[in-house]
Amino acid sequence: MVQILDPTDERVPVKRELTPRPEAITGTVGFLDISKPRGNVLLDRLEVLFNERLPEVEVKRYAKPTFTKPAPEDLRRKIAEECGFVIEALAD
Amino acid sequence: MATETSLRPFTLSDAAGTDYSFPSGRPALLCVVHEECQTCALSMPLIEATHRAFGSAVDVWAIGQDSPGNTTLIERHNLTIPMLDDDALAVSFAYDLDTVPAIFLADGNGGELQSFIGFGKEDWQSVHAAMASLSGVAVPEVDWSAYPESRPGCGSRSVEPGIAERLIAESEGSPLRARRVEIGEQDDIHEFLYDQDLTDGLPVVPPTPERVLRMLGGTKRDAQEEVAVVPPNMAPVTVEKVAINAVMAGCKPEYLPVVLTAIEAMCTDEFNIHGVSATTMGATPMMLINGPIRDKIGLNYQLGALGPGHRANSAIGRAVRLVLRNVGGGKPGGTERSTLSNPAKLALCFAEWEERAPWDPYHVEHGFEPEDSVVTLFAATGGPTMIVDQASRDARQIGGTIGMAMEAVAHPKAHGASDTFLVLCPEHLDTLQTNGWTKDELRARIQEASSRPLRDLLQDEDSGAGIPIGRFGDDGPSEEQLDRLIPKFADPSSIHIVVAGSDAGKFSSVFQGWATGPRGSQIVSRKIEEA
Repeated sequence: MVQILDPTDERVPVKRELTPRPEAITGTVGFLDISKPRGNVLLDRLEVLFNERLPEVEVKRYAKPTFTKPAPEDLRRKIAEECGFVIEALAD
Repeated sequence: MATETSLRPFTLSDAAGTDYSFPSGRPALLCVVHEECQTCALSMPLIEATHRAFGSAVDVWAIGQDSPGNTTLIERHNLTIPMLDDDALAVSFAYDLDTVPAIFLADGNGGELQSFIGFGKEDWQSVHAAMASLSGVAVPEVDWSAYPESRPGCGSRSVEPGIAERLIAESEGSPLRARRVEIGEQDDIHEFLYDQDLTDGLPVVPPTPERVLRMLGGTKRDAQEEVAVVPPNMAPVTVEKVAINAVMAGCKPEYLPVVLTAIEAMCTDEFNIHGVSATTMGATPMMLINGPIRDKIGLNYQLGALGPGHRANSAIGRAVRLVLRNVGGGKPGGTERSTLSNPAKLALCFAEWEERAPWDPYHVEHGFEPEDSVVTLFAATGGPTMIVDQASRDARQIGGTIGMAMEAVAHPKAHGASDTFLVLCPEHLDTLQTNGWTKDELRARIQEASSRPLRDLLQDEDSGAGIPIGRFGDDGPSEEQLDRLIPKFADPSSIHIVVAGSDAGKFSSVFQGWATGPRGSQIVSRKIEEA
């Protein structure tokens, strides 16, 4: 991870442009549980709905080790390699 | 009970100013809370009950993360527990908290016995049991049925964006306060900087904290001192922000005083960088450096003085431009509206070869001492425009060439011109010196050689540019008026003369100005105090 100092007047938030949104959901969708309580409950329910409405879409489940820190690099890379979409569950 | 780790000692005050130091020799229960947190609100009655039960034998303290919120908590929950003020978040940071409430049970020497975050019924019961065994005091009666089994905590104020960076910097004794931007390992750092629109189109040196700290070593000024307010966004710029952009531009730390002084000069009302930047004419600050700092930092004033290949010239000029675009927000297509623009907008900075000429250098001519190091900013819209003369053999001839060539600045019919910079090459200087000419003698010759009768300067069928004939009334100008000679420049003092370039080659150059003068941009010279 490289860290740089913001050369601007900091009026605008640092942001990355969103990837263009696809027309339809296809392939594999990653469900990322950030490990806050009951996040899994939300994702379990979503998975049921996905299986009903989008049976051709594969769901893969992932979890962060702790909600207090960003997802580890390896986990992010794995999700990026395996999925076309990701849904992150905050819960609480 | 054996202790594994020692908690960091601290001293905090309550709202009345009474100091509390940890460890005190007695066991302690430290409860870090934040008024806005619902789980802290849930826990406060229990924390108060714990204080009332064990307070005679154990230091049961609440540590509140913001002063007004602490007062609110005391009033809302009728607290008698000492409420220590950690508004500065020094303790929260030292304890590496990311969640509140955070509860720590310690022995009399500060050794950690138990700790937990958020709310947990079993955690609290375990803490009460441990406190009872430490103190010999009975556990308080608590209606546990009124409490949930557990509740997650809330984010500690010490990890909130903007606050975390400050605390890290303060703890390290670092002068850096700029927002830190993390770039993922899978990102290409150069592509990221382009994506964020932070470059002038060429790669920049990534401004890591380490590089910026090194850059700040180039000045004695405080990193948080405001240097100027940068148009067009009227954004205050600190020494630190200038240093960040100087790193990106490729500067060495010893260049920083020059960049800082140039920014100060650029952001004056006189220089009017907003107009310079916004004009469709494509103006940019031309930077001339005089004085001993030239050799101290390796500014080029000889072979190729106006071109690339010399780090100090390129990087200083570029740093000023990056501050203007990144801090001031002056970007092409935004407030910068140049029709064609100019490659000089990347960087235009050079020094004068003061020793080459027998006359006073530019800064001395303008009231500075020879040993002063001075930055001069001039709003250039064009140039370097070359003046070629390899044949003139005396001062009058070469002066005539220069005058004729300078008449072409902007438009040959545009007489009454204002500030223009002539960069005289050494060989042309030598030709002038065959007759021992001064700068004023050269100026006079330029005016003489560029003079035209009014009849040649009027708007006509050949060119719509020039003086409108209607200015002379219904009868038009008289024959006498038509014959009157008008020099190129409204005043000889508008002809600014400096010497630079290699000893070989009879090629001088001219930089033409933008609307110079009080209604546009005035030339600004500033002493580099730290030089």
